[in-house]
Amino acid sequence: MEPITITAENFEQEVLQSDVPVLVDIWASWCGPCKMLSPIVDEIAKESEGFKVGKINADDEGALAAKFGVSSIPTLLVFKGGEVVNQSVGFIPKEKVLALLPQ
Amino acid sequence: MYDIIIVGAGTAGLSAAIYGVRAGKSVLVLEANTYGGQIINTPEIENYPGIKNTSGFEFATALYEQATGLGAKIEFEEVRSVENTGAIKRVVTGKQTYEASSVILAAGAKNRHLGLPHEEEWLGKGISYCATCDGAFFKGKDTAVMGGGNTALEDALFLSNYCNKVYLIHRRDQFRGDSKSVALLEEKENVEFVLNATISALLGADHVEGVEVADKITGEHRSIPVDGLFIAIGQTPQNQVFSGLVDLDESGYIIAGEDCKTSADGVFAAGDGRTKIVRQLTTAAADGAVAALAACAYCDSIAG
Repeated sequence: MEPITITAENFEQEVLQSDVPVLVDIWASWCGPCKMLSPIVDEIAKESEGFKVGKINADDEGALAAKFGVSSIPTLLVFKGGEVVNQSVGFIPKEKVLALLPQ
Repeated sequence: MYDIIIVGAGTAGLSAAIYGVRAGKSVLVLEANTYGGQIINTPEIENYPGIKNTSGFEFATALYEQATGLGAKIEFEEVRSVENTGAIKRVVTGKQTYEASSVILAAGAKNRHLGLPHEEEWLGKGISYCATCDGAFFKGKDTAVMGGGNTALEDALFLSNYCNKVYLIHRRDQFRGDSKSVALLEEKENVEFVLNATISALLGADHVEGVEVADKITGEHRSIPVDGLFIAIGQTPQNQVFSGLVDLDESGYIIAGEDCKTSADGVFAAGDGRTKIVRQLTTAAADGAVAALAACAYCDSIAG
């Protein structure tokens, strides 16, 4: 599956109300490390089983990013049952991204 | 068995890879993180000869594609140690052990940390080492910059365009950076200099809410409420795992001259991790070329 574009409109339904954990990648087009991380997140989305993957554009959805106290990108947030259960800031390799997900 | 193993896929390491494969050698590059090194955080590059304007990401990606396209192999594995057994060097990663005739150490440098409690924990929650990366998140807020070099001055200038207020905290009363930048900052109404001062604590519950500053002359402490702290106190080389292999200076840089030769035969140093005066994209690329050609000559000498 392709990552879902998360916005203020669909955040509640796609992330908070999700039956499965959600990996959310907060990024922006001007951010180099975000562009490094992005293909890894896409790859994980394609292989995902038992969880889903979404992306938030920090420029378009500034208020949404601010809601989670994001002050540096890329930020990865893992939501489960409507709450943030894990997070990471900066580029990390694929195995570390996967390790953020609930086992 | 490779002719050359390069530790680090930043500008120096990938430049070395290009020169190594073009000289007909087998080259493996090992990288713990992602390709590109420090430059990927730079939004705009305007001082690389022959390229008018590019972004750090584009530059790094082009360099990566050039090196791999020419035949360099790259594995994303963290190097744990390098053993020098003479003609054969063994490079041990988290996954396996590789062998090569020569090794180029190009692991680069990282931002130096203050070493205060919560500094790591609040990274991305008000702590940043890159104003151009993260400044946009502090629009209309109060921030502080720690440092006295060009990076700190440029960070403060950059932030002064976004932020309500910027405190520039420096442990001396004179800046090491450009006097031109200092003059520009002095004219900014929303910039306040906090000189002869160090940060003694990071304040907040679960993110940065302020900094406690100690005046070095009076010994007084005061709290400055800020939403963000940008730390620009220089770089620290990533050479810890090489300390038993080659001689390092007191700051941890690999001792090597412009010929990139280290204290160990067949081991070369390139880029920001080497003792040198100017650490720029161009000098990293130059080191890559010099170290690779020296490694090639070394390989030929032991083969012949």
